[in-house]
Amino acid sequence: MDFAPVIDGFGVVLQPENLLFCLIGVTVGMLIGVLPGLGPAATVAILLPITLTVEPVTAIIMLAGIFYGAQYGGTITSVLLRLPGEASSVVTVFDGYAMARQGRAGAALGIAAIGSFVGGTIAIIGLTFFAPLVASFALDFGPPEYTILALLGILLVASVGSGTLVKALIAAGIGLLLATIGRDGFTGSERFTFDVLQLSDGIDFVPIAMGVFGLGEILYNLEDRNNNTKAPTKVTKVLPSKAEIKQSSGAIGRGSVIGFFLGILPGGGAVLSSLAAYAYEKKCSKNPERFGQGAIEGVAAPESANNAAATSSFIPLLTLGIPANATIAVIYGALLIQGVTPGPQLVEDNPDIFWGVVNSMYIGNVFLLIMSIPLIGIFVKILQVRAAILAPITVLITLIGAYTIANSVFDIFLVCLFGAIGYLMKKVGLEPGPLVLAFVLGVLLETALRRSLILFGGDPTGFIGRPISGTLVAILVAVIAFPLIAKLWKSKTKQKELV
Amino acid sequence: MTPDRAETPVGGEPESVEELVAQWEDEKPPASGPLTNVATGALVALLGVAGVIGSRSLGLGSTSQPGPGTWPLVVSVALIVLGVLLVARARTAGFGEKFSVDSWRVVAGLASMIAFTLLIGNIGFEIPAALLAFFWLKVLGNEGWRSSAVGAVLMPVFFYLIFVTLLKTNIPHYF
Repeated sequence: MDFAPVIDGFGVVLQPENLLFCLIGVTVGMLIGVLPGLGPAATVAILLPITLTVEPVTAIIMLAGIFYGAQYGGTITSVLLRLPGEASSVVTVFDGYAMARQGRAGAALGIAAIGSFVGGTIAIIGLTFFAPLVASFALDFGPPEYTILALLGILLVASVGSGTLVKALIAAGIGLLLATIGRDGFTGSERFTFDVLQLSDGIDFVPIAMGVFGLGEILYNLEDRNNNTKAPTKVTKVLPSKAEIKQSSGAIGRGSVIGFFLGILPGGGAVLSSLAAYAYEKKCSKNPERFGQGAIEGVAAPESANNAAATSSFIPLLTLGIPANATIAVIYGALLIQGVTPGPQLVEDNPDIFWGVVNSMYIGNVFLLIMSIPLIGIFVKILQVRAAILAPITVLITLIGAYTIANSVFDIFLVCLFGAIGYLMKKVGLEPGPLVLAFVLGVLLETALRRSLILFGGDPTGFIGRPISGTLVAILVAVIAFPLIAKLWKSKTKQKELV
Repeated sequence: MTPDRAETPVGGEPESVEELVAQWEDEKPPASGPLTNVATGALVALLGVAGVIGSRSLGLGSTSQPGPGTWPLVVSVALIVLGVLLVARARTAGFGEKFSVDSWRVVAGLASMIAFTLLIGNIGFEIPAALLAFFWLKVLGNEGWRSSAVGAVLMPVFFYLIFVTLLKTNIPHYF
């Protein structure tokens, strides 16, 4: 492996201007991420327009900062308000909030920051060595492989979501249909534009992400859902004691490794890994009864795991060009806007950009550790500010930000429209994640499918004939068939028991 | 440290993971019924039907030479199937949330954003931002007159400093 581009990448990232924007990214990421209900996907989506005002390299570095800041923002609300910012922080609430009630909120947040830093760093090191290998393997991929890979990605994200599969697939289907709006890339004919000039280039990804994730969530919160939220616990001593660090070091190490490997899987890597890391620590513990009562390992393990997973989920994005979850889908969209097309060619053709992205993650992660501990006092203050005051600030950031994407009032209308759609989807139980992910993958999927069909002369069995796409088809069939077989098996055993 | 030695236990706070999970369940808003699933499924199927009609007019091509309508047709047919499946499984497909008396706040919030969007192109963002902030603080947030007025003045100033002075974006501004 040639390390020269890796080191050159650091040279770019470490320029004072870039460091400053990374710092701003981490801070604003945490500031918006602590707002109840706004998870990392929403936070990154809301702040996307700000990154469009600076140079591409700086923007990518700032995005990494926002990404890590937003991840940690969810942890803060989990510990202090027992409101998990996203699904991967739910288990943190169990011991994190118990610690807060015992006056140990500072230690919980401190160990979460340290665990997140270690987990993130281990995952970035893994990514540094692992990603070029996967990318070199994926260089052989052609349209048929990409067709199946994109389908697999959408299916996995839909099947590991919190709702039912049918509803997740409906959301994905709507996303795929929205992606067809605009000029057809093959024939140039306009599709579903209804003679609206602004639609001829298709709908931009940013208004959709800002609408369904950002405004949708804000509108949803207008229904007084968080009225029962208590004022945050006082935070006194932020740094965990030596004994606490020693007690959690094993949990941090194990959580990081679990997170790294599970994070590579498309779908709910971060959610699955935080649950798995928590369950593993509880199982290994000599006193499992401490878990749920304020065991520091119960915070350290899932927080290390979800940050490691969040980082390693960049591997499928940077090597295959397939976003593994909703937050990464937003980052994918942001990278595309900056002229960076993630995929197997990236490391080969643009090593400076590839390593710039990876190295900015190192820096973002370091800033997260440096900033989170001294800023905890400020975040507690922010959490004391009433939601009524924070809501219009977030709305205005979103609406003004939406205009700045393309200096277009039409984009603000789109954000409002998708905000309403996002709200309605939440009300009827449709998850917004699969919609955004499918929208992002829609163009790639259609292009790859049409090219494959032309390649195979219209014979769909061609997908099975190629070794890699054939294997991917087998995995796809297994993903579809496994839950059905498991269900049938379950009902048969039930019937037998009844007899 | 065990919970019974907790420094600041607050009344009504959950004491264990089980209680916390139970409290989350209690705090959940009332679930919508199967009827919402039926309506959602029907709407999705209708969207699929509209998609099929639109795809046909685009030109379907053939499997060896797919046309502009081929892929939208595949997706639309999938949406019809999924919509019908949701209607058929309306009782078991998991429920969303009931619309409540508070849902008017969402409509009002959305209306204020659309009004902001309509005004921004004509008079810049400052006055619409002040009006939106005041509406969200006073009407939707139940804040007092004074704090709403102060917020309505400070927020546009804050955003002017960020988006006009600092980031130098082209956001339309009056001042």
